[in-house]
Amino acid sequence: MFTFIAQRLISAVPVLATVAVVVFLMLRLTPGDPAAVIAGETATAEQVAEIRNKLGLDQPIVQQFFIWAGRGLKGDFGESFFFKKPVSELISQRIEPTLSLTLVTIVLAVLIAVPLGVLAAQHAGSLLDRCLMGFSVIGFSVPVFVIGYLLIYIFAIKINVLPVQGYRRIGENFGDWAIHLVLPSLTLAVIYVALIARMTRASVIEVLTEDYIRTARAKGLTRRVILIRHALKNAAIPIVTVIGLGIALLIGGVVVTESVYNIPGLGRLTVDAVLARDYPVIQAIILLFSFAYVLINLLIDLAYSFFDPRIRY
Amino acid sequence: MTIEAEHERAVARLAVPEARPTQVARRLLHHRSVVIGGALVLLMVAIAILAPFLGTVDPKAIDPAYRNRAPGTEQVITLPDGTRATQTFWMGTDSLGRDVYSRVIYGARVSLIVGITVALISSVVGLVIGLIAGYLRWVDVVIMRVMDGLMAIPGILLAIGLVAVWGAGLFTVILAIVVPEIPRVVRLVRSIVLTIREEPYVEAAISVGTPVPLILVRHVMPNTFAPMIVQATFVCASAILIEAILSFLGVGIPTDIPTWGNIMAEGRQLFRVYPHTILFPGVFVAVTVLAVNMLGDGLRDALDPRMAKSI
Repeated sequence: MFTFIAQRLISAVPVLATVAVVVFLMLRLTPGDPAAVIAGETATAEQVAEIRNKLGLDQPIVQQFFIWAGRGLKGDFGESFFFKKPVSELISQRIEPTLSLTLVTIVLAVLIAVPLGVLAAQHAGSLLDRCLMGFSVIGFSVPVFVIGYLLIYIFAIKINVLPVQGYRRIGENFGDWAIHLVLPSLTLAVIYVALIARMTRASVIEVLTEDYIRTARAKGLTRRVILIRHALKNAAIPIVTVIGLGIALLIGGVVVTESVYNIPGLGRLTVDAVLARDYPVIQAIILLFSFAYVLINLLIDLAYSFFDPRIRY
Repeated sequence: MTIEAEHERAVARLAVPEARPTQVARRLLHHRSVVIGGALVLLMVAIAILAPFLGTVDPKAIDPAYRNRAPGTEQVITLPDGTRATQTFWMGTDSLGRDVYSRVIYGARVSLIVGITVALISSVVGLVIGLIAGYLRWVDVVIMRVMDGLMAIPGILLAIGLVAVWGAGLFTVILAIVVPEIPRVVRLVRSIVLTIREEPYVEAAISVGTPVPLILVRHVMPNTFAPMIVQATFVCASAILIEAILSFLGVGIPTDIPTWGNIMAEGRQLFRVYPHTILFPGVFVAVTVLAVNMLGDGLRDALDPRMAKSI
């Protein structure tokens, strides 16, 4: 068990290191002087020289990487050029809205998608099944922000039951927080529901052909018990895997959703930073999101071995 | 990553040629999703090519007197020869008085160019890297580590970051979308190469001393075509979607070029009062991406009926 966990943890290290190198090189491999790019078009020669010195750009590139990565490991991602604050401080201020939005979305999506997928699998080929599959193809095709504006138009403007935009901190007022998250999380959940429901359906259909399902049926168990205890439990691994892999989609969606709903989270910060050419912030956010993505999937991988004793690599 | 492995194995099975071209063609023409998706894609292509002849006006022409008009508004214009005519804004006008219908029609060009170019470039680059990684074992480790690293960065985020560094423009946007797509193509090609390289005919080619590049091009590469076509279709759909998202966020194609994303970005401010500037381009993006996705689903089913039953 311990060797397995250790192996998995070690296997994530090269991936994380490559991510760091890619994010680092993104700025360094641009044509031209990165210091001049960072300083912007209006900067004077002294300002450019100061930035070059501050970032260690006058040193060999390998050394530059280790300086940058070493500081990053200590949580120091430099200072934002636009906000004139440490990047780590900026990020920690913006993390709550993003965490709220993603967690609520994941819970919502799983609660909607898994039952839908199971139902569709049970009645494969039926009208419900075809509707669900149709919905999932549409869910993959409509841009997140179009869904967002559609929901705002219907629920906030036409029938005026939910707030149009904005975010309230959870500490201030729980009800306000929840009501401001309804539309954003529904918007973000659409593509995620499409993904999870599709995988649940496929995975449950496959399990339903197994011998032990026939045995369970022969034993006289009710449909519900068979579906939940025997089918869903055994179909769980691909479903959980796709929930983990779908987080990449979710992160892309967060950037868009936060812009549509004016939520002051990391996604909005990304767009603001790109528009302001605030490279330290962009680098730090990409790094943070990617690390979170890799680590969540690593945890899911590890969780399998706890929940499914058959898995021993 | 069991799903990925599962998917790769399933797609790799596509590599086994088992149907003659005529059979595939017949299967394609009888597949509803291919017919509907294909017809819609052709329609969009026709719209993009024929844009100037579809009753459009200059999509960049500004008319301050006709700002934010509702769909269906009519305007009396005086033609160069002195006669008068009415022009109808079928989709209304935006906040600069530009005709949304013309902008949406011309916007089809950019979306399709981005979708097709991204699919082509990422397929070619992914094919070359995948062939090398799958066949030459000693570079495989290095290449796949890099690909794993690239795949660990959420695609839209990587594209946004690259545009930020390279600057906004049609070509930089295309490249920025290509980079996150490449690893997916590489993994697909590599997984096929890994199964094909064990085939007797490849061993035979090695034994008669065929040089490696020739083995790859003549014996291995043709096996990747069927799954690559399917993959390229999905890449095309996702590229159109990502371009719209990037432009919408204001970090994509420069705002003076009419693209669906740009039209919607422009309509954001006044969305509550004038939803039409987001609605119409939104429908076009959704229908186009849906059509390409349906085509991809259909192609996958038709090229390998065994896969139709799984996902």
